[in-house]
Amino acid sequence: MIKHDIIIVGSGLAGMQAALEVCKDFDTAIITKVYPSRSHSGAAQGGIAASLGNASEDSWEDHMYDTVKGSDFFSDQDAVEIMVKDAPGVIRKMEHFGCVFSRTEKGLIAQRWFGGHSKQRACYAADRTGHALLHVLHEQTFKHAKNIKIYSEWYLMSLIVKDGICRGMVVYNIQKGKLEVMQAKTIIFCTGGYGRAYKITSNAFASTGDGIVAAYHAGLPLQDMEFVQFHPTGLFAQGILISEAARGEGGHLVNGKGERFMEKYASAKMELAPRDIVSRSEQTEINEGRGIDGKDYLHIDLRHLGKEKIIERLPQVRQLGIDFLGLDLIDDPLPIQPTAHYSMGGIPTDSDGHVLSDEKGTKVTGLFAAGECSCVSVHGANRLGTNSLLEALVFGERAGKAALTFTQNAEFHDVNEQEESNKVKNKVEAILNSNGKESINDIRNELKENMTTNCGIYRSKDQLEICLKKLNDLKARFKKGKITDKGFVFNSELIEFIELGNMLEFSEIIARGALRREESRGAHARTDFQKRDDDKWLNHTLAFKKDGEIEFRFKPVVITKHQPEERKY
Amino acid sequence: MSETTFKIQRFNPEKDKETYFQEFKLEIPKGATLLDCLNLIKWTQDGTLTFRMSCRSAICGSCSVRANGHAVLACKTQASSVAQNDQVTIKPLGNMEIIKDLAVDLTEFWKKVEAIKPWLMPDEKKETQTTERTQSVEEFLKIDKASTCIMCSSCYSDCCSMAVDKSFLGPTALAKAQRFVEDSRDKETISRIKELSEDAGIWDCTHCGECSQRCPTEAKPLDRIVSLRTVALNSGVTNNYGARHAKAFVKSIKSSGILNENTIPVASMGFFNIPGLLSLIPVGIRMFLKGKNPPLIHHPMQELDDVKRIFKKFEEK
Ligand SMILES: Cc1cc2nc3c(=O)[nH]c(=O)nc-3n(C[C@H](O)[C@H](O)[C@H](O)COP(=O)(O)OP(=O)(O)OC[C@H]3O[C@@H](n4cnc5c(N)ncnc54)[C@H](O)[C@@H]3O)c2cc1C
Ligand code: FES
Repeated sequence: MIKHDIIIVGSGLAGMQAALEVCKDFDTAIITKVYPSRSHSGAAQGGIAASLGNASEDSWEDHMYDTVKGSDFFSDQDAVEIMVKDAPGVIRKMEHFGCVFSRTEKGLIAQRWFGGHSKQRACYAADRTGHALLHVLHEQTFKHAKNIKIYSEWYLMSLIVKDGICRGMVVYNIQKGKLEVMQAKTIIFCTGGYGRAYKITSNAFASTGDGIVAAYHAGLPLQDMEFVQFHPTGLFAQGILISEAARGEGGHLVNGKGERFMEKYASAKMELAPRDIVSRSEQTEINEGRGIDGKDYLHIDLRHLGKEKIIERLPQVRQLGIDFLGLDLIDDPLPIQPTAHYSMGGIPTDSDGHVLSDEKGTKVTGLFAAGECSCVSVHGANRLGTNSLLEALVFGERAGKAALTFTQNAEFHDVNEQEESNKVKNKVEAILNSNGKESINDIRNELKENMTTNCGIYRSKDQLEICLKKLNDLKARFKKGKITDKGFVFNSELIEFIELGNMLEFSEIIARGALRREESRGAHARTDFQKRDDDKWLNHTLAFKKDGEIEFRFKPVVITKHQPEERKY
Repeated sequence: MSETTFKIQRFNPEKDKETYFQEFKLEIPKGATLLDCLNLIKWTQDGTLTFRMSCRSAICGSCSVRANGHAVLACKTQASSVAQNDQVTIKPLGNMEIIKDLAVDLTEFWKKVEAIKPWLMPDEKKETQTTERTQSVEEFLKIDKASTCIMCSSCYSDCCSMAVDKSFLGPTALAKAQRFVEDSRDKETISRIKELSEDAGIWDCTHCGECSQRCPTEAKPLDRIVSLRTVALNSGVTNNYGARHAKAFVKSIKSSGILNENTIPVASMGFFNIPGLLSLIPVGIRMFLKGKNPPLIHHPMQELDDVKRIFKKFEEK
């Protein structure tokens, strides 16, 4: 059995932030299914929010209000307050680590406009902000390499929680093809989001919600899973992200009639209204036949910005258009459509990253979570752009600090190595020895199609029931899934198989939660319940696994400074 | 549309003693990237085909492979652009051991990145956590390009110098190093450049330029190495060069059979730092230029006259 005081699962911004905190005092390990610098945080383009006030006056109070309003008054305001207050400090810390930020004329960190923010608040590194942050943290892990052991291309298979105590996990060493049991006093989950279950998605192949499902299988609840953010500008058919920075810098959204249609939906904020609103507006345009040539896409037009600005501020976005569609946005508008982008839901935690096992706030001993896999909840029903890199850094650091304190008096707890390892081994062997005939590629494609069509931007009872029925069929077929690679070493087919199982599992939680929630709020838009209903639904969803079924419970939303009001832009 | 033959190198350590090629036929869908095609093959023809990928948007650096002999980022490469006569050969990256099929062992690659101490070493005395340090746009531009590196190891794979000397730090690590050496916030410029001038460092590059050609970002390692050499020269870190230069020469010839004109450091350093250059010119070069150079310089060098002038001056000294 492999032992470390503290093991962190995931090496995105949240995971590495946490590791850098705890490695000062404890023997620390990170396990990650991709090399650290391949984590999906690196794909973030547009920016990270902090009220530095480098471009115009700003305050944490304004940042807080924007975030709460953006969340459709569904975020926990105590957590939001912590995040926005910590924001400037955490940005400076990254700067001191050596992050390569873009600069103003005066040499300060440059900031740009972003959707839903009332101030010019998004700190950026051209349009590769996540890349700059991820690499600077990776650099720091090299600096502390003596204290942080990184297990790259190791895959979390199961989490061991017994009697409310987290004890360890079972992992698969992908390169060697070996199962290992790991034991730790403290485990921190930073496993990222779950956007891969959608057909059109901006997410990496790795964003399959593994950590979330492992927690769920270990008996822990999942919170607000029905809230999935769709980003307004995915490259047509690919879903690859065209950063909101493109609109922040002044890009226009145009329909088939050549109109800037946002005029109709958010006349004040226009293209820079929050994402849920812009994505819905786009979908409405498409549904009503006003897509480009009546098809299911629209245009983002940046030509009026001019070559120089595009090359300086949006080089990566421009390159994506050239590489994937052969279109240069200096000369052409780009075809875009909404793309599944961000998972608001996840493993419930308090603002110190302690994982909570119920609606009363009972802590799981020795288990923490941070970043996109967690739900603290700072984004509520809709995240504002640039707030999630911030969340990953702030709560990654806080979880690290809390884990450090906790581990001071913690001990290793018993793990029955043989039993835990066998459980997973049997599961893997069952997969490898099965002579099922169902193509996992077909099942995955149908899952993605199903979630996009029936549980996407707009939802209704009828659609969600179809969605659930289809999910049931797919799960049955998945049991007869076909695998051709029977080896152990670097069996990426096996990994894809397990990931698909995870996606089927959490998709049902999304769809059931969406069916249950009879209101429209933030990213959750029901055509049959179009109004927000604060009397009935101003509370978080908790989904538990009970005898193979999903049991739902409630948890109140924390409201401190801002009472819910109508959301207008 | 006609089918394209993907000739893919296979190797499964659990079964095979040696690598072999397998052919797959696929109609390339319109606009499909090489990664899309590899996935289509894996998902519809042979689930055992193994390669790495994650972001599929050219930012995570997972998916490099060699197409027709050159490293490319599979997710950034239109499949139709590498198909020649309806055929494309796909192999794993070079200069690294194969784990399985197209997945290579990156252990050494990362060790070399680690070896250059890839973290900022600021002046602790000047540190205040309450404000950000300023950096002028000019200073930022010096490190901006290197900072775009996605660690895809394409340059490392195709590096000629690496092919003949495994100890060479390689283009990725050196490009990363430039980002610190020239960061206005880092105070270890001199000690870094000294270390980088040691054996296996900046003087071991043969300037073959493969790295920059293969680089899918703006990082362009050769340009960064040239920057580093310039810093070394300008800051007087010039001792003990002879052996290294000679080594670079020998390597250049060993790896390409010719002497690339770029191998001559003066060409890359500009011609202004005459004293510095003179102190640099090793015996090996002199001999080279005197006796055997003409047939070896494979195409005319623009500034050849300048070079000759400098050497002449050196001889006179
Ligand atoms: C295209 C794109 C652009 C974005 N742009 C912005 C932006 O401009 N601003 C902003 O604020 N936010 C942005 N976001 C959102 C933001 O990038 C993410 O929410 C954030 O980076 C998540 O960080 P994380 O550390 O939680 O997870 P990630 O960076 O996703 O890391 C997850 C880690 O978990 C590991 N992992 C997962 N499963 C397993 C397993 N089974 N075993 C072992 N390890 C595992 C992975 O290897 C990885 O290291 C963007 C997102 C996308 C998709
Ligand atoms: S898959 Fe990330 S760079 Fe190609």
